[in-house]
Amino acid sequence: MTPRAPRGMSGLTLPILLLAALACVPLLSPPDYLMHVLITVLLTALAGTGWALMGRFRLVSFGHGAFLGIGAYVMGLLWNYYDISPWLGVPIGVAAAVAAGLLLGYPCFQFRVVGHYFALVTLAAGEIVRILIVALRDITGGSLGMTPHQAPPGEAFAAMQFGKAGFWWIALAAWAAGLLAWRLLDRSMASKALAAIAEDEDAAASIGIRVTREKLMVTALSCALAALAGALTGQYRMYLNPESLAGLGISLQIVFGAIAGGMFSIIGPTIGALITIGLEESLRIAFGTQFTGAAALVYGILLVLFMIFLPRGIAGLLERPPRASTGRKAPAKGTVPAAQPPG
Amino acid sequence: MDPFLLEALLNGVLLGGVFALPVLGLNLIFGVVDVIWLCYAELVMVGMYAVWFLYTQAGWPLFLAFAICLPLVALLGGLLHVLVVKPLLSAPPINQVLATGGVLFVLQGAATLIFSTDFRSLGVEMPPIELGEVFVSGTKLAAFIAALVGAAVLWAFLKFTYVGTAIRAIARDREVMPLMGVDPRRIYLIASAAGGALAGLAACLLVVQLDVHPFVGLSFGPITFMICVMGGLGNMLGGFLAAFLMGLIVSVGGFYGSTDLSYVVAFLFFILVMFFRPRGLFTR
Repeated sequence: MTPRAPRGMSGLTLPILLLAALACVPLLSPPDYLMHVLITVLLTALAGTGWALMGRFRLVSFGHGAFLGIGAYVMGLLWNYYDISPWLGVPIGVAAAVAAGLLLGYPCFQFRVVGHYFALVTLAAGEIVRILIVALRDITGGSLGMTPHQAPPGEAFAAMQFGKAGFWWIALAAWAAGLLAWRLLDRSMASKALAAIAEDEDAAASIGIRVTREKLMVTALSCALAALAGALTGQYRMYLNPESLAGLGISLQIVFGAIAGGMFSIIGPTIGALITIGLEESLRIAFGTQFTGAAALVYGILLVLFMIFLPRGIAGLLERPPRASTGRKAPAKGTVPAAQPPG
Repeated sequence: MDPFLLEALLNGVLLGGVFALPVLGLNLIFGVVDVIWLCYAELVMVGMYAVWFLYTQAGWPLFLAFAICLPLVALLGGLLHVLVVKPLLSAPPINQVLATGGVLFVLQGAATLIFSTDFRSLGVEMPPIELGEVFVSGTKLAAFIAALVGAAVLWAFLKFTYVGTAIRAIARDREVMPLMGVDPRRIYLIASAAGGALAGLAACLLVVQLDVHPFVGLSFGPITFMICVMGGLGNMLGGFLAAFLMGLIVSVGGFYGSTDLSYVVAFLFFILVMFFRPRGLFTR
């Protein structure tokens, strides 16, 4: 028997049981508000997972909001103007975001735009998407946002317009798909190649790793998850807004969530989403809406503290002991010390 | 020449002067401390609120509000360095950038808490000045001249003072300077405070042109980072020239299309520069 088999078994049963348990949550008929928070957590976690998928390989994007926005707006515009159901619109939106990501990524990787420069190029790209959404206000509603049409009665399912329970299952499936993508990537050769690229691009190229191709692959996957999160968020809220779905603010929030949770662990961005959404909601309950700035203030302080004292995030704190003893995954993780303090 | 195009060109130059100050400040900090302050535009925002508050709420004369704004933001820059950047000096660059990104949230959140999200206007307007066929906003012209003076003072400081020489030396070679008896920690602090002072000056010039609100930094922050990188990070002269280039692109683009789309053109131009001249437009 290969030593891998029992690991693979135990590695799969627990997530499946967990997923089944989570799928039962609506059956307990929890209050609407709790469901709302949980759905938001899942969708935020999906966006963060998408970002961390490439962020952990030193491809730090400050423009992931753009892909949320592309996914959401393509879906919303198709529904409002062409009556194309979000069931079709969401995949089309995801495809559009992947195309945009590849269009930006290919020259970036060919011309070897890395580090600070990559972060700033993605920042510029994110701003371009936000400004385009605002500038095309005749179609998109500009800064005021856009509301997808309400489906006629009886056709809610075809229009992907559900109550909280329905959306919980959709969000859960999307989130699980995101984690599955992470896991499949981690088990493939590509993750080793990407770790090598993150460490030293020239050395990786010299041993035959096709640098541009590997980077494009992870970029496409990352954009797809972000766009899926953006489209589902827009559809769930039934309201699209350029500030909350594109631009620098939301891009940084995605980054913060992923970092706080821990971007080197599969569950890290989800922990991060729990923290950020939990923080936002509890501050809102504690202080009411008149202290809208409080959440951002506490966020920011936490982000600074995390960077100084806990750069691997909460998941990094929880995971270190078992990771150090099992050798199998250690190389891939250990070789990506992008957010590791020296020494 | 079409007088309206001429006016757009002139406005572009004036806009470039406004971009130039934060670009110089960011470049100074990057060149010396080797850190990008993602929250730089938010420091400017704090300065704008300070001037607005002192002038319209406390009833101070405008020049006195300006005089307080500069040292206040310089102090803030020094604090930012001591509290946030210093503990991360040996951390990977991306951690430093993200920590200053955290400060961005802190400042936006604090501004929202204290001043709400309302747009605040200073309500100061100078009469337009006629130059031949075209009219130029007096406020913008005054801001432009002040920006040039600020840049000249910075240049003289770096060129003719002992500390300025040390700053230039440390920007050139980080390893050797400590051996020459220069304490890098002191130089870092001074450069951060000077960068803050430039943000304070930029705040004085912007508050007469723009309404203040907690997210005003997002309207000119991204473009200042891009200008810095286009000019070559740490390259003062390159950044200065790139500021005018971006100002012209935005202004003339606005003349032919809309202001929104002119920013799209400017950002696309930046992305293309990154592909073909990643070390900046003006590198030798």
